[in-house]
Amino acid sequence: MLHIPCPFCGPRDESEFAHGGPARQQRPDDLSPLDDAAWVDHLTVPPNPVGPVREKWWHVRGCGQWVTIERDTLTHDILEETGE
Amino acid sequence: MQRYSLFSLARNALSDHQNWQQAWRSPPLRDTYDVLVIGAGGHGLATAYYLAKNHGITNVAVLEKGWLGGGNVARNTVTIRSNYLRDESIPFFVKSVSLFEGLTKELNYNLMYSRRSMVDVVQTWGRLRELKRRMLNMDIHGSTYEQLDVEELRRRIPALTGGGPESRLPILGGMVHPDAAVCRHDAVAWGYARGADARGVELHQKTEVKALLRNVDGSIAGVETNRGTVRAGKVAVAVSGHTTSLTETVGLRLPLKSFNLAAFVSEPVKPLIDVIVNCPDIGVYLSQSDKGELVIGGAPDPGQSFRRDIKQNVFENAVSAMLELFPAFRRLKLMRQWGGALEIAHDGSPIVSRTDIPGLFVSAGWWGGFKAIPAGGYTLAHLVANNQPHKLIEAFSLDRFRHLDFVLESGTTTAR
Amino acid sequence: MSGGEFRLPSGGRIDRSRPLRFSFGGRQYQGYEGDTLASALLANGVRLTARSFKYHRPRGIMGAGYEEPSSFVELAGEDESGNQAITTVRLRDGLRASPVNCWPSPGLDLMAANQLFARMLPAAFYYKTFMWPDWHLFEPHIRRAAGLAAAPQAERRNTRYETRHWHCDVLVAGAGPAGLMAALVAARSGARVLLADEGLEAGGSLLGRKVTVDGRPALDWVAAATAELDGMDNVTRLRDATVWAYREGNLLLVTERSPDAPHVFQRTWRVRAGRVVIATGAIERAMVFADNDRPGMMLASAVQTYVNRYAVRPGRRAVIFTNNTGAYAAAADMLAAGIDIAAIVDSRLQVEDDARALVPGVEILAGHVVQRSHGGRRVTGVTVQPKAGGTPRRLRCDLVCMSGGWSPTVHLFSQSRGRLRYEESVAAFVPAEPAQPAACAGAAEGRFELAAALTDGAEKGRLAAAAMGFRAQAAAVPQTKDAPRYAIEPLWHVEQHKPTAKSFVDVQNDVTLNDIHLAMREGFGAVEHVKRYTTAGMGIDQGKTGNINIIGAIAGKEGVPLEEVGTTTFRSPYVPIEFGALAGARRESVVLPYRHTPMTAWHIEAGAVMYEAGARWRRPGYYPRAGESFQETVNREARTVRTGAAVYDGSPLGKFEIKGRDALRLIEMLYTNAFSSLKTGMGRYGLMLSDDGLVLDDGVTFKLGDGHYLMSTSTGNADEVNRHMTQFCQVERPEWDVHITPVTAAWSNATVCGPRAREVMEALGTDIDLSPDAFPFMAIREGTVAGMQARLCRVSFTGELSFEINVRSRDAAALWRRVLEVGAPFGLIPIGSEANHVLRVEKGFLSLGHEVDATVDPYDLGIGWAMSKKKPDYIGKRAVEIRRKRGGPRRELVGLLIDEPERLVTEGAPITPGGRKEASEGFVSACVWSVVHNRSVALALLKDGRARMGQKAHIRMKDEVVTALITRPCFHDPDGNFLRS
Repeated sequence: MLHIPCPFCGPRDESEFAHGGPARQQRPDDLSPLDDAAWVDHLTVPPNPVGPVREKWWHVRGCGQWVTIERDTLTHDILEETGE
Repeated sequence: MQRYSLFSLARNALSDHQNWQQAWRSPPLRDTYDVLVIGAGGHGLATAYYLAKNHGITNVAVLEKGWLGGGNVARNTVTIRSNYLRDESIPFFVKSVSLFEGLTKELNYNLMYSRRSMVDVVQTWGRLRELKRRMLNMDIHGSTYEQLDVEELRRRIPALTGGGPESRLPILGGMVHPDAAVCRHDAVAWGYARGADARGVELHQKTEVKALLRNVDGSIAGVETNRGTVRAGKVAVAVSGHTTSLTETVGLRLPLKSFNLAAFVSEPVKPLIDVIVNCPDIGVYLSQSDKGELVIGGAPDPGQSFRRDIKQNVFENAVSAMLELFPAFRRLKLMRQWGGALEIAHDGSPIVSRTDIPGLFVSAGWWGGFKAIPAGGYTLAHLVANNQPHKLIEAFSLDRFRHLDFVLESGTTTAR
Repeated sequence: MSGGEFRLPSGGRIDRSRPLRFSFGGRQYQGYEGDTLASALLANGVRLTARSFKYHRPRGIMGAGYEEPSSFVELAGEDESGNQAITTVRLRDGLRASPVNCWPSPGLDLMAANQLFARMLPAAFYYKTFMWPDWHLFEPHIRRAAGLAAAPQAERRNTRYETRHWHCDVLVAGAGPAGLMAALVAARSGARVLLADEGLEAGGSLLGRKVTVDGRPALDWVAAATAELDGMDNVTRLRDATVWAYREGNLLLVTERSPDAPHVFQRTWRVRAGRVVIATGAIERAMVFADNDRPGMMLASAVQTYVNRYAVRPGRRAVIFTNNTGAYAAAADMLAAGIDIAAIVDSRLQVEDDARALVPGVEILAGHVVQRSHGGRRVTGVTVQPKAGGTPRRLRCDLVCMSGGWSPTVHLFSQSRGRLRYEESVAAFVPAEPAQPAACAGAAEGRFELAAALTDGAEKGRLAAAAMGFRAQAAAVPQTKDAPRYAIEPLWHVEQHKPTAKSFVDVQNDVTLNDIHLAMREGFGAVEHVKRYTTAGMGIDQGKTGNINIIGAIAGKEGVPLEEVGTTTFRSPYVPIEFGALAGARRESVVLPYRHTPMTAWHIEAGAVMYEAGARWRRPGYYPRAGESFQETVNREARTVRTGAAVYDGSPLGKFEIKGRDALRLIEMLYTNAFSSLKTGMGRYGLMLSDDGLVLDDGVTFKLGDGHYLMSTSTGNADEVNRHMTQFCQVERPEWDVHITPVTAAWSNATVCGPRAREVMEALGTDIDLSPDAFPFMAIREGTVAGMQARLCRVSFTGELSFEINVRSRDAAALWRRVLEVGAPFGLIPIGSEANHVLRVEKGFLSLGHEVDATVDPYDLGIGWAMSKKKPDYIGKRAVEIRRKRGGPRRELVGLLIDEPERLVTEGAPITPGGRKEASEGFVSACVWSVVHNRSVALALLKDGRARMGQKAHIRMKDEVVTALITRPCFHDPDGNFLRS
């Protein structure tokens, strides 16, 4: 069980959070310049490193905020709290 | 290949077991093969075996970074079944179960394949509806699934004393899948390894593939390993959990995420449960090994992971849920727990496919991949040999993602 | 002598004034308070306590604690429990224990016949046989023979498990010399310390030894140290509590077996520790030689412990077999207890003078090994021989003390992913590099000498406190009497005198040296292969005393350093933990929380059949009357809605208020259809897709004012929609001015429906104008209903005139009762979700999990009109376009009228081409008895369905094919006149 540093509540048990997947590029306002393959890639291909990954957690049983952390997928060390 | 039997055992006892042959050779690594299979887990070894057996392709090397059979075949909960929902999935797993059933004799290796049957304990009407849908779909494809009333369910699982009418989620009934089985997981890897070796396939342990290599025309050229470059016109990747790390060395991006799925066993006790029990509404399943340990699994940990541990909250959820249905197990002791990195494709279904790189094939996205080993190897070998997918895996091609045309086996609402 | 004939006349940490009666294998014995079952049995001269797993060889007690590999018992009665290490069972009056895995008794074990076939049963023999005719013929016998104890059947009475969360600066695991020092130093600095020890008494190895600290008996120092710790507010000390798992985020699990609370049976602590000091000591290793498993073969430290702590002589005449200096102190204590020592067999050529000085007059056979033991049900002697070869010599003895050196207990360190290295000087794997904020101290760090352990403990305690920001004073480390320096020359096994000898490396799983060599010969050379092929180290003890010998045997055979072989993975738990202790007090609704509406109690009172209806809501399915069948009840309820008036509890429906300048912008992104033209006071049906272009949810959203909307979602998907929305707002568009508030629980509703619904509403009394012109379909009005503040919505899930009365949840139960009261003259009845299902299917309304089955898009469902062409973007738009580009037939929503009108088919039944057994072309998503048509009606998703209206579909049941006419997916009021009325 991770100990996730919520920027609003402080470090909290993972059981208060819902996992929100790896952080993705922000959705563009206008998708028209993207070809289909690029959009499919955006939707379906996540980063999957053995090592640090930026990911989202939703503090659903806490403050309700979505937070981003950088976590090592091999050690589960939380490397950096990157805020919202 | 040295035949194994009661007689060979007796004969070797006379020589104090000094004369058993190696189960497989340890040949020197050559610099060129026809086919390289990366990963000597269940799928990789089965693929090599069927390449040799079914397609006569024997100039094959299986490259393994650690020890043979050390992939998820070494750390699963040995459940074999074909009770799937979709037309795309059921025939594949029916094939896998039927290959499994003949495997002990085919490989001359006792996998201790035990057709225990699997019983689903149903606790919500929504689940019952879904399983009945499954039942009728499976029937079309020759797989059996039958409804049980509560009395019959409890007769088959005497230890199931919880879930009474007053409980939080009363048991409404059950479904039984008679084809389901358990077997000795390590033996599957070893049996295939021995069979592949006997047909000329080379198995190379402690041979870590660092990168895939491409020709100038873009096709696959071979691999770079810790023991040097090995060339081949065809490379099949079967490294559950670590597929993306490998394919990214040639810029191939795949719709896969790696998760940790944990399992745990109790102390060994006298026979207590004769069937595989699955409790989908509370998310836990269990069976009893021949040694007497209860083998218990639950949901995957949230968040990508290669740590192979267990998340305490996920673990406690599984245990508490199990105790709701099996309250007497409170006094039973946890003996060992472990995890394994497995991949989940974007739509939750496996990928057995060609790639954009000619000559490069992947078998990935298995979760619950143990039961798929025979059919996975069988069809991947077919694909590698013919460059055309076997009809059982047409739906599992990477092409489906191009059009977001998913095979949504799990969940009946939406893709995750 | 009441305490047993092998009890020493004095000494030990037992209370001779409190004799305890107990039984073992049906025979009565007596021991003392402070005994373990093992020490009490040894005191009574019981040596044969077990049979081995595979060969059913006679076995005795080998250890003195959790390392015990050999003897396991089942406890009966109040203590009912299986597979307890005999050395860890605390004696109490009336204890009833029996050995596992032998029948009828260890003395007369019928399965011992297995020994006759032992030659046929090398490691992994089962992979090579039992294949013909079929494994299923053999498996039941194997299963019955395996498994050790029977599982406990009864639930323990009057006892409870509990879980506790804890945070501390420093967790110290182990209260031996190093752990106590670490805890003292850290605690004195002001750090918050948790000290947990697996023993009832602190002191660890000191409990079993006769040593002095600061010139006094070591246990005096232990008493002073624990007294000081217990007096500090910043220290919590747990006894009889094992730290058994070390997880990510410095989370450790500790289970207390006898917490200081009479009503609690066991308590598990989830500890978040700033720093961890692992002072878990070390475990002595067995020696590997032929027949090293007979009763009477014990670890030297265990014998020392029995002598000193329990005042028991485990034998009269001992041979000590060692490869290190540690055993000499044990020998000295044995001598003092009156045990004859036939010889000390030391495999090292040189034995230090200070070691010799400890055992004056004892024959020391340096450079010798024990070749094998003799005896039957207990050891009667050994054959010794010079290591380099030479004349064997037989020594008579009834006790063999083995000391293969010590292995640091690095389990927790290793679980935390800390790296180990092989240290030649102590011939053991020791911690190399931590991966989490932890350090091993004392013997766990490979510092086996007492003085070094104390110094190391103090230092690790200081460092841990300092890392947490506390300044620890340099502590005076207590002085200890010099003992021989720890020196060892590894001896992983003795060369066997004949090839068929049985030299056990794992006594629990009956794995011998030959098995290891066989595995390697057959190609199973990796340490994990050896473990899995031979099952070595996979027993309940998880190989605590033997694993290193296996690694040594592999290294020896391969000719590589041990470091290269490596260890197998250390898994939690360190010791077996009861599942009950993991779940704690979590039961029933704590495991799976309910969601209730304010009307739940009423529904139950009214006799409704309640069940889980998705998203953990428990809802009324139907309200049966006496003598009614299920179908009769549902028909009555549904018919009442079509012809009169009814009410249902719609509270679980998801509700969200969306506010802010960008509220409309958000809604336009979430829904596929346009909302910009929606007027205040009106609502609109909306369809929501996932990013992947699959239907996520549908519902009605009302405009309450500019920048203020009320969204309703389906019950089962409300949580998912919440997640979907907040993720989009916070992650993708944090700059937007919009706020989402879930109000599902704040507002509850009673929905009055049916042609007479308006009359019921008027009777309830409201200040809202109910006329169709003033309050049209899809409108929302705020006002009072039955004197309560309400939001009244004209939506319909039944196809009839319908008023959804939303009131504050605290008013809802009163409203509900009021509706039933004033509705009675109109024939109003409550209806459940079953009738609702019938009504929505008749109307062709969609239901998630039925028609919306994760594979369909809005076009498939016949609501392509909801896909706005004008909006440049909304979630899922592009994905649907991409998917549709592929072309080809898709499954489309249709209605089905089964040819036999009375026939209902299983929901989910596949439709196949011509009803043949082949891949399906669709399925029946819902099938109900229509009260309008008095026949069955069904909805289905069918390939090219809309083009096949008027044709036949073939539903493939198990043993038959059911044919049906393909129709429009609406069977009632297709123009919607009723719901608008």
